[in-house]
Amino acid sequence: MISPFEDVIIQTVCRILIPFIQLYGLYVIAHGHSSPGGGFQGGVILGASFILLCLSYDLQEIKKRLSQRANVIFLSVGVIIYAGIGIVCLLLGGNYLDYSWLRQILPVDPVEARSIGIFGIEVGVGVTVMAVMISIFLDLASEEEQKGS
Amino acid sequence: MKLVALIAVCLTGALLLYGTTDMPNWGDPNSPASLHVSPRYIEKTMEETAVPNMVTSVLADYRGYDTLGETTVIFTAAIACILLIRRFSP
Repeated sequence: MISPFEDVIIQTVCRILIPFIQLYGLYVIAHGHSSPGGGFQGGVILGASFILLCLSYDLQEIKKRLSQRANVIFLSVGVIIYAGIGIVCLLLGGNYLDYSWLRQILPVDPVEARSIGIFGIEVGVGVTVMAVMISIFLDLASEEEQKGS
Repeated sequence: MKLVALIAVCLTGALLLYGTTDMPNWGDPNSPASLHVSPRYIEKTMEETAVPNMVTSVLADYRGYDTLGETTVIFTAAIACILLIRRFSP
């Protein structure tokens, strides 16, 4: 059984650090256009911040902030964003995932529309990767806890 | 039997090493891999997608189907973990 682990130094440092880690994760997702990064890397950083919260406090803390039901919804929403952008392109008359057709619903030229389409799917990938990290970690960790209790 | 296996492994390794001598040089601009679609990506990425990072444009735009597949794969992995090891409390 995982005993409640309390250490003032670790908890304080993690509490201060976690918002900055999450901000950096969002930066990596949003800045994937012009620097190394993108959905996969940024999603992993976001997921790691939640895992750090879970390690420095306990499992109940993460379930208070992000319930498992919400996490499963996030898991699906990311893939839906990605596939949905593809289907929107299809409905507007282009090929599947041909973002230049997004110009018909956005006030930009086709080149800029492709750039925005890329950003959209990066967000979808990031959401899915974050939820996958948290989901697998919680599954592996909570089995032990529930055996003990 | 172990000796035969050792000889087979050494022979295969020597053949593979011999095969690498026919490979093009590292970074050779005239190698087949650099002549097919790479120049087009390098030259047209900026004017076609307005994304300065070539890796992102190839990953998310030119090879969008591939990335959709990757995302679906990790989604499936998480769903499989949920189905196999999550304990649903009553």
